Amino acid sequence: MIELSGLTKRYGEKVAVDDLTFTVRPGIVTGFLGPNGAGKSTTMRMILGLDHPTAGDVRIDGRHYHELADPLTYIGALLDAKAVHGGRRAYHHLLCLAQSNGIPTGRVHEVLETVGLTAVARKKAKGFSLGMSQRLGIAGALLGDPRILMFDEPVNGLDPEGIHWIRGLMKSLATQGRTVFVSSHLMSEMALTADHLVVIGQGRLLADTSMADFIECNSRSCVRIRTPDRERLLDALHGAGITAVETGDGLLEVEGGKAEHIGELAARHHVVLHELSSRRSSLEEAFMRLTAPSVEYHARTEPPERPWGADWDTGTWRGAADTADPATKTTAEG
Amino acid sequence: MAATQVIRSEWTKIRSVASTVWTLSLAVVVTVALGTLISALSKNEFGDMPPQERLSFDPTLLSFAGMTLGQLAMIVFGVLVVSNEYSTGMIRTSLAAVPRRAAFLASKVAVATGLALVVGMATSFATFFLGQAMLGSLGTSLGAPGVLRAVIGGGLYMTLIAMFSMGVAAMLRSPMLSLGILMPFFFLISNILGNVSVTKKVGRFLPDQAGSRIMEVIPRVRDDTPYGPWGGLGIMALWVIAALAGGYALLRKRDA
Repeated sequence: MIELSGLTKRYGEKVAVDDLTFTVRPGIVTGFLGPNGAGKSTTMRMILGLDHPTAGDVRIDGRHYHELADPLTYIGALLDAKAVHGGRRAYHHLLCLAQSNGIPTGRVHEVLETVGLTAVARKKAKGFSLGMSQRLGIAGALLGDPRILMFDEPVNGLDPEGIHWIRGLMKSLATQGRTVFVSSHLMSEMALTADHLVVIGQGRLLADTSMADFIECNSRSCVRIRTPDRERLLDALHGAGITAVETGDGLLEVEGGKAEHIGELAARHHVVLHELSSRRSSLEEAFMRLTAPSVEYHARTEPPERPWGADWDTGTWRGAADTADPATKTTAEG
Repeated sequence: MAATQVIRSEWTKIRSVASTVWTLSLAVVVTVALGTLISALSKNEFGDMPPQERLSFDPTLLSFAGMTLGQLAMIVFGVLVVSNEYSTGMIRTSLAAVPRRAAFLASKVAVATGLALVVGMATSFATFFLGQAMLGSLGTSLGAPGVLRAVIGGGLYMTLIAMFSMGVAAMLRSPMLSLGILMPFFFLISNILGNVSVTKKVGRFLPDQAGSRIMEVIPRVRDDTPYGPWGGLGIMALWVIAALAGGYALLRKRDA
């Protein structure tokens, strides 16, 4: 369990993390979401005692990080995959970490096997691709078999296979009852892996909610209808107790309605329909609405575009969250 | 967390990077080769020296002549051991594993110092024996008064130079900045300050000027240096303590 209370970090005038209070609980994957520059990494560095908080407190299982004897056996973290001495072999990198926390050498071979780096264990880290470095960092996090795991943007720059592997790993770690805390700036990524969401923007807490509640509250659905017989359809809808809103261009929208229901109703009244579609605002849109006031670096407005990789492996959540309209748009990135 | 764990970890770190091997071998090779060469050349020139210079001819010190250059490799070793952590970002991984920063720095410095001491002593004895072999009849022996002290002192000097560099690197973090200050300082500036009459009184309290006193056996002509060989090494040790204390104070205070 990770407990933050009033955690604050200021750099001169600039507030990077502003009075954050939340708890990361065991047995689930907690997603830590926010636009770039929201203070996610700074918060994670404070959890590990790397950065000193200006105010507030963070505890790991009730204790400060520096009070933990052999901290790698309590909490394993991957902050920056490239934070490795490039001239050191993967094996020695993990060995020096293991030795510093009294972890048996055999464990080094085990984690190398787990992340699939056994074949390159004797290779120098500077020759590693980003994906391999990411795996090495995860091996370091798993080294002490810790109850708590923390990953900062673990899927950044990974290929689809690597992304798939990390998602599976995080879920299996949580299933084993561990605390998993993972940051991302992509809502779609979180929707796939996280059970609980902590959203921050400009260092402030914007939401601390379960994923299910977040979807419930934020994915509004509506049915869009186009018909040449507008008056007759409105009467029919009215008769059925359904309120439709005119959105211009001869379009009608029914909030929260079911397309099948409205189609059948129109058929019974012999109303011709030119279009009948159900739409859902995506979670990405919901996330952007939530964080829009706090996005630090706004990109210039561009035509909507799906985030790179947004259509991979999305079958599991598209039904629940996103549908026909591909109006997702990447978060403004700095 | 036991201190031995962190020391073992630092030993793994230091032996698993190439820079350790090449900086330390360079220190040995440069010091010994140059010391031997200068000793050989001096033997031939001895006959042409004025009597005053013959009186202060110090065969022990002469065999250490290569250390002026060899110490630069020791400086690089000391700087890289510490600043590699920062330039690679490894420092965050290291401090997450060892959050007690005093234990982290102390272990790192202890391991690197131990290694520098072994290499420094080997270098000092090697350059002494080879230098004396070159000097032949002009040479001295370990049994002569003050000579053993000078040879052991040479090894300690190289060790302290490496330690001082570790302290400076811990303060400055950047390898380029640390080397950019230390190399010209010890190769040029310190020598100038220590030999120009105006700045001599201050210059001789600089770490290398004071510390290298331990390698002198025959007193200089009209010597008014206010400290002896061990006093000089003590002054150098104070510089080392100051640099390391500064490095620790900043490490403790700074965000990693």
